[in-house]
Amino acid sequence: MIGLTHYLTLAAMLFTIGVFGIFVNRKNIIVILMSIELILLAVNINLVAFSVYLHDVVGQIFAMFVLTVAAAEAAVGLAILVTFFRNRGDIAVDDASVMKG
Amino acid sequence: MTLSDLNVAAPELILAGSALLLLMWGAFQGRSNFAYGAAAVLALVAAACAAALGVQGRIFSGGLIADDLSAFAKVFIYGFSAVSIPLGERWLQRRGDNKFEFNVLIILAALGMGMMVSAGDLIALYIGIELQSLALYVLAAFRRDDAKASEAGLKYFVLGALSSGLLLYGASLIYGFAGSTQFPVIAEAVSQGAGGGVLFGLVFLICGIAFKVSAAPFHMWTPDVYEGAPTPVVGFFAAAPKLAAMVLLARVLSEGFGSALEQWRQVIVAMALLSIFVGAFGGLVQRNLKRLWAYSSIANIGYALLGLAAGAEVGVQSMLLFMVLYMVDVTGFFACLSALQRDGKPMETIDDMAGLIKERPALALALTAFALSALGLPPFAGFWAKYYVFKAAIGGGLTVAAVLGLVGSVVAAFYYLRLIKVMWFDPTVGATERPPFEARSVAVAAALFSFPAVLVALVWLDPLAKAAAAVLG
Repeated sequence: MIGLTHYLTLAAMLFTIGVFGIFVNRKNIIVILMSIELILLAVNINLVAFSVYLHDVVGQIFAMFVLTVAAAEAAVGLAILVTFFRNRGDIAVDDASVMKG
Repeated sequence: MTLSDLNVAAPELILAGSALLLLMWGAFQGRSNFAYGAAAVLALVAAACAAALGVQGRIFSGGLIADDLSAFAKVFIYGFSAVSIPLGERWLQRRGDNKFEFNVLIILAALGMGMMVSAGDLIALYIGIELQSLALYVLAAFRRDDAKASEAGLKYFVLGALSSGLLLYGASLIYGFAGSTQFPVIAEAVSQGAGGGVLFGLVFLICGIAFKVSAAPFHMWTPDVYEGAPTPVVGFFAAAPKLAAMVLLARVLSEGFGSALEQWRQVIVAMALLSIFVGAFGGLVQRNLKRLWAYSSIANIGYALLGLAAGAEVGVQSMLLFMVLYMVDVTGFFACLSALQRDGKPMETIDDMAGLIKERPALALALTAFALSALGLPPFAGFWAKYYVFKAAIGGGLTVAAVLGLVGSVVAAFYYLRLIKVMWFDPTVGATERPPFEARSVAVAAALFSFPAVLVALVWLDPLAKAAAAVLG
């Protein structure tokens, strides 16, 4: 029987993969955007699982808000990425280091 | 809930409506001009009046709260946003980059910050933070042909999105283990011993908000973003959003987790001390003034957190006063930086400031006032800010932390005094350009507030902050 714990464990695993994807990734920024999506989806799994478990619809409403904001966030992120690409001609993580110190 | 309940949300409705109208107007007009900027400022002033004088209450099932605390914070948030519009717009205009979106983005960010300080449940909290953050990401990268600005925007976006993720993960755990997203219900569950799950979630939530206020160890984006983003935008970043996030943190901790004070206090004190020391030591090696002031802002957030950790009404009151006095200083400082140019290039390093007192005495005196105030020298505003915080911390039983905080501020004194020494005693490097009117007036006004106007203003600010803090008491 699949219970709440299984969902929470899955969400925790996805969340961890997402966080590591941002910090360990040394290649390119699109992967970072994907990791951010992964984190937000992990949260959504948590919210929906809790919502079912608590018999409370608020969790699912929250998940809807998260989905909407995630879409807006991806749009803003890609737009900033495009300006970055136009200035540099590349989107490698190592290139984003004009400022250091 | 009836239609008249919407009066409680008047400031938000004014800002949302005017943002949409301005977007429409701008789309037909193209570039921003004087009337357009004035309309944006007017919308923010109207919202501030509505927040100060409007109806108070809780609407949307407690999701949106208007009380003395939110009114206090909103007046300053909208006020400082309004100041940044002429500063930023004219600065961009001089660089031929005065797109109308700047005004709309400032209004949307102000709307998000207003929602943050009014948030009464986790969903409203998240929407407020995201509305603010998304506008700020774009503002950081506003000069899209500038390589540094787009890098700053990108870094801010990636780390900001990560912090939103942490915050949301925490919020989902709190929702699951406390059974509700509303702060009063969460508080009830916590006081009945909701257990580890909720506190685990709270730690994530605090980490997420700590990113937004750039408290150590979540400060790494701050120096890069401050250096790369347009100077007047940095002045905006460093002021209003920090107040909004601190008020939000105070509200979450007091309304939602008041009975778990002992647990979260340790986390906040640790973050406060770490921020104070990272800010003090990190600033020592900086030559770029925008980076230097990024470290200064990290240290200052540390002091505000120390006040918050003192708990109770006095702690929140000291945090509010500290943030307001700090916001005036930091806005004035970045107004100075955006006013100063030599040979068409902005003066951003300490060496650029050499001999400024002979070149531009008014701005040099203003910068001296801000440096002395940040150092905490009496009778400047920064001294009173720190005085309130340390008094609250010692009263709250955090004597050791307060002493360590004082040590940190002595270390930080080095870089403030170095700036003053370079401005007053080093030989000048060359003629500076004539500073623009609006940046100079903001800088001089902020310096005059820092000393002597602060002495009068405190008489009036102190009871207001006390009444605001009493909401959470």
